[in-house]
Amino acid sequence: MTQDIPSPLVLEIENLSIEARANDSWSGIVNGVSLSLRRGEVLGLVGESGAGKSTIGLAALGYLRPGARVAGGAVRLEGQDLLALPEAARRPFRGTKVAYVAQSAQAAFNPAHRLMDQIVMVAVERGGMTRAAAEERAVSLFAALQLPEPDRFGRRYPHQVSGGQLQRAMVAMAMMCNPALIVFDEPTTALDVTTQVEVLISIRRVIEEFGVAAIYITHDLSVVAQIAHRVAVLRYGAVVETAPIGRIMAAPEHPYTRSLWAVHELSVSHEAAAGHDTGEALLSLENLSARYGDFEVLSDISLTLGRGETLAVVGESGSGKSTLGRVITGLKAPSAGRARYAGAALPERVSRRPKALLRRIQIIYQSADTALNPRQTVRKIIGRPLALYHGLRGRAREARLMELLRLVELDPAHADRTPGQLSGGQKQRVAIARALAAEPELIVCDEITSALDKVVQAEVLRMLMDLQARLGVAFFFITHDIEVVRAIADRVVVMERGRIVEQGSRAQIFAPPHAPYTETLLASVPEMAPGWLDRIIAARA
Amino acid sequence: MNRTTHPILSMVLSRLGLGLLSLVIVSLVIFSAVSFLPGSYAAAILGQNATPEAVAAMERQLGLDQPWALRYASWLATAATGDLGMSFSGRPVVDVIGPRLANTLTLAAITAAIAVPLAIGLGIACARWRGRLIDRVLSTTTLASISVPEFFVAYVVMMIFAVKLQLLPSMAGIRNGMDFGEQLIRMILPILTLLLVILAHMLRNTRAAILSVMASPYVEMARLKGEPEARVVMRQALPNAIGPIASVVAINLAYLISGVVVIEVVFVYPGVGQAMIDAVRNRDVPVIQACALIFAAAYIGFNLLADILSIVSNPRLLHPR
Repeated sequence: MTQDIPSPLVLEIENLSIEARANDSWSGIVNGVSLSLRRGEVLGLVGESGAGKSTIGLAALGYLRPGARVAGGAVRLEGQDLLALPEAARRPFRGTKVAYVAQSAQAAFNPAHRLMDQIVMVAVERGGMTRAAAEERAVSLFAALQLPEPDRFGRRYPHQVSGGQLQRAMVAMAMMCNPALIVFDEPTTALDVTTQVEVLISIRRVIEEFGVAAIYITHDLSVVAQIAHRVAVLRYGAVVETAPIGRIMAAPEHPYTRSLWAVHELSVSHEAAAGHDTGEALLSLENLSARYGDFEVLSDISLTLGRGETLAVVGESGSGKSTLGRVITGLKAPSAGRARYAGAALPERVSRRPKALLRRIQIIYQSADTALNPRQTVRKIIGRPLALYHGLRGRAREARLMELLRLVELDPAHADRTPGQLSGGQKQRVAIARALAAEPELIVCDEITSALDKVVQAEVLRMLMDLQARLGVAFFFITHDIEVVRAIADRVVVMERGRIVEQGSRAQIFAPPHAPYTETLLASVPEMAPGWLDRIIAARA
Repeated sequence: MNRTTHPILSMVLSRLGLGLLSLVIVSLVIFSAVSFLPGSYAAAILGQNATPEAVAAMERQLGLDQPWALRYASWLATAATGDLGMSFSGRPVVDVIGPRLANTLTLAAITAAIAVPLAIGLGIACARWRGRLIDRVLSTTTLASISVPEFFVAYVVMMIFAVKLQLLPSMAGIRNGMDFGEQLIRMILPILTLLLVILAHMLRNTRAAILSVMASPYVEMARLKGEPEARVVMRQALPNAIGPIASVVAINLAYLISGVVVIEVVFVYPGVGQAMIDAVRNRDVPVIQACALIFAAAYIGFNLLADILSIVSNPRLLHPR
């Protein structure tokens, strides 16, 4: 990590400013950023969404998104200022000297072409390799990245490969021409924790093996702690602090850095947790199964949820946790088993449930963007359940609306806005207010904080716990984030491939001994301190 | 999922079945609609000689005195064997429609051979140089040509080339005896009109289909791999836009067969649309039925082709996991 002889500079960003057009005027999204990167070095760029991380990462390739322009500064790649060149002259550097690994490999691979064609393209057309030589190199990279069946892997189409494998395939694609610099833009954010470990190990391996310099963009501090040598913390398009990883993790200097570090340890005050067990079951499922066609997505699920309790359901994508939420809300009928709600049988389908029962069970979705009608105002969105379930209209509805907005800590002036005029956290608060408008006893929360920044996530979770204490509502909280579970759950259900592998109180689940799958899941969550990944790699060797 | 048949095969089979069902429904609707029209074939043909006795005798002779359900059943029974029956005029329906259909198909084939490549090529060019001069000129002119009714285009074309410049005949009445060169010259104006009508529609949809794909992350990724813009459009965007392009082409090709009635009338072109109009005027039900079936079959067939094309061009459907 620390060399006595400084290795050559690969990238030098000097006083870079970039502007984006918003409503006919230009405003700065990157403001005077200077960074430098030596061969073999990994620089972590951290910050919340909108801090300008991706814009800087793309600028390292001399690329600006449509609607953005350079206001000043230089981006020197091995001494050549890319921004001084016209677009056509920047292009040859991309894919050969500097490569990019996108956040979602599933979206960044073209669905119409086979993986091999996409991976070798640059090497064959501009890297001076023959097709056969390029394919050979690709296969050896597949093997180095531990992809299954390296000889045949490239023949597949993107949709035939899992998300974690695609992400590694994209790393292989970036390595094809032995670039001097790779920009990793949140490469593991879309992955499950257990998959993330595999991809992190692969990335670490290629960086060390090929001595490439890398910019690693992420909002996840524990990930950056494993990968980066140095970290630059960004806020509002400017660097607030740059320091070696060990120092910045142990003793962050800037107050903003410290506040980022603080929220990572989600500490939602949760004293009431122990007192939630009222003994009265609100919802109970017995031997419940569900299937899509011939495929059984849920098998033999039995659980109970008490009044006013938070039951966290954890598992990876595909474990059936969202389907379970859909079964409870009646959107998906089970194929076997029984469900009881407040002492009576729960009709399977939403169409068979009376309105009074529908009111008592509400759902909040992961993405408020798609769950809220973009053309309706907040007043209309929240007003509808008020009219539907409680027959409120006129002044009474308006009064209740204001009360709900205050409850979810939104400015009453936001009532006239549409979702497009709100931030991500505000939109999710509107979705929460809409669910609360029905005055439910149970809310199914499907990954509701996954799309939010850590700071916003912490605020929303704290608010949910406050609401629970005041209103006595029960949460069926679906999440893949172990930290969230640790912060808010009364009881925990761990799911794998449609089955419950372990369930119990939070204390029971987080204290050893764990079920084998729970063990894997817990062990895959990166720690905040550097060295965690090293230990995992060492343990495997 | 244990799917034993190939996705394309099972799709084609089910769509052919549905297509057949639609044909039957179309024939039923047309048959009943014509039956409920006032007047009859006998009255139309006999004209001033249409005494009640003569009409009744002729209707008996043609079987028109039977209840319509019975007539439809017997028509369906013969049509199912592939026999479209006899026109009320006494000639086989195939002989009445056959030459007309050939004329329509010639016109359609020539128009399509020019329009489809031209529209797709220009649509791609518009998408590639979005917002530049070529895009702005074509976007404006195609919008204008879509907004104007087709007969108006036909008359404008006729006015310019036949009346003012006197280069081409305004009437496209081709006959069997003419040599093909002469026929072709007479077809130029109808072809030009049809080109203007369908080109705009296909061009705009091609442009839109490509531009919607151009917003995908994999297009940005291709740019970040240093691919030149022209190849980004051709290699990254176009293969993913084939489905929507194929479906708009299919609609326009079907229009060339079944929707050109107005153009045929304006240019007095002896196509199948004209045949249908004559048959409707005379209440010649077997001919009407045959025309309707041809039109419906054209729509069903071209849309089926478009669906097959969009599956073949989409690996996610062609190679399921």
